[in-house]
Amino acid sequence: MIDLHRSGKEAVVIENLHKQFDDLKVLKGVSLHANEGDVLSIIGASGSGKSTLLRCINLLEMPTSGDLRVGGEQIEFTEKRGVRVPKHMRQVEKMRSRLGMVFQNFNLWAHMTVLQNVMEVPVHVLKVPKAEARERAEAVLERVGLSDKRDQYPAYLSGGQQQRAAIARALAIEPRVMLFDEPTSALDPELVGEVLKVIQDLANEGRTMILVTHEMKFARDVSNQVLFLHKGLVEEEGTPQQVFYETKSERCKAFVSSIH
Amino acid sequence: MRWDWIPTYWPDFVDGLIITLQLLSMSIIIGMFFAIPIGLVQVTGPRWLGRIAQGFCTVVRGTPLLIQLWLLYYGLGSLFPSMPWIRESWMWPYLRDAFPYALLAFSISVAGYEGEVMRGAFKSVPKGELEAARSFGMSRFTILRRIWLPRAFQNVLPTLAGEFVLTLKATPLAATITVFDVYGVGTMVRQETYRIYEPLLFIAGIYIVLTGIIVLFFRWLENRVPRAV
Ligand SMILES: Nc1ncnc2c1ncn2[C@@H]1O[C@H](COP(=O)(O)OP(=O)(O)O)[C@@H](O)[C@H]1O
Ligand SMILES: [Mg+2]
Repeated sequence: MIDLHRSGKEAVVIENLHKQFDDLKVLKGVSLHANEGDVLSIIGASGSGKSTLLRCINLLEMPTSGDLRVGGEQIEFTEKRGVRVPKHMRQVEKMRSRLGMVFQNFNLWAHMTVLQNVMEVPVHVLKVPKAEARERAEAVLERVGLSDKRDQYPAYLSGGQQQRAAIARALAIEPRVMLFDEPTSALDPELVGEVLKVIQDLANEGRTMILVTHEMKFARDVSNQVLFLHKGLVEEEGTPQQVFYETKSERCKAFVSSIH
Repeated sequence: MRWDWIPTYWPDFVDGLIITLQLLSMSIIIGMFFAIPIGLVQVTGPRWLGRIAQGFCTVVRGTPLLIQLWLLYYGLGSLFPSMPWIRESWMWPYLRDAFPYALLAFSISVAGYEGEVMRGAFKSVPKGELEAARSFGMSRFTILRRIWLPRAFQNVLPTLAGEFVLTLKATPLAATITVFDVYGVGTMVRQETYRIYEPLLFIAGIYIVLTGIIVLFFRWLENRVPRAV
């Protein structure tokens, strides 16, 4: 169906995913396939299930049914008192420690400096020696242009700086895949650019990324795959060219019309 | 005003002060040790355990400390001697003293009041920060140790400072079960010297100094951790 992958090695594969909150069916059979080097954007109206889909990848939300493979490894589930749970929590934790998630509201740890935020997961989850983690943290902070803020606490940073720090935190784990959930939606308009620029640079260097965004132009320019979600189903998918300019679905056409 | 009794009773006041500080610090340490899980289970569940914790806090906070203290001292204190295995155990020499009962009562009190404070503290940590920790593969215990607990404490340090000052000022109740704390020494001095006010003023001064030390210590602690947002 989608023939435009940037490599042959699969990174994240979701097959026929359903997600239900109590009676509310949010995802009704979604499949997604990202190989290494791919940049996949998920677009769609508010409430269409984009965040839920992204959060199912690292199991912040537990899929009601469906298959999930990360880095070629099948995540195993089992039932406990009628509820679906991971079979091996260790497997999930290990998988998560290689997925760098960036949240809409940054979610930096407020009791730690920027540098401590960035070193936290390498030191306390990945068990990287402190000196090495520090070196790596300083390097990624340099990359996102925050070297001078490394000893600041998040509360004293602008939104754009906080989001760049959050990106640095995700980068520091040397992630297999980066997950972005509307990384610029909580930012003042004048701060959006600095964050998109960082994400653009990461895409250019071949990072695998799955990105939920409202920035249509950005999605068009940065991705090699776009997925338009409508009411819990994939309504349109393909290359940016296909989704933005050769749109088949009327709904998708209306939705993306803003960039024409 | 006469203060010439001070040199005579100075050693007694030092002893009393040590008892007061022991009672305060040990009950805070023991009480907080239980307050943390008591607060936590009310937020995380399991439900039934949260209910028990909540019930414990309600009972402790809903009854006067003086009554708890007397119930423990006169209740347990009169029960234990009738139990041979306690009379013969290594604990007996301690249990004949009033201090362990005061320590138990104050620890329970700290656990109850601060359990409630910690419940609010755990709840006040933004969900997103815990979610971020989860998203990076932290285990539940690592999240608690590295993120949740320090973040919760950061939010309630000023509250805890006030709570511990209140605990300090409740310690004279222990004198009612014959614990010779600073207040107990003061009472003794009043009886022996027939001075009414001076000993009271003197121990009031001691409590003010102790309160000042607690306040300054927590201010120092607060300055070491950043203010959240
Ligand atoms: N934890 C939850 N519990 C119940 N309903 C939820 C939860 N998370 C999301 N939803 C619902 O699922 C739907 C899709 O939400 P979401 O995935 O956040 O959409 P989007 O990111 O596309 O705006 C919404 O109707 C939302 O209210
Ligand atoms: Mg969303």
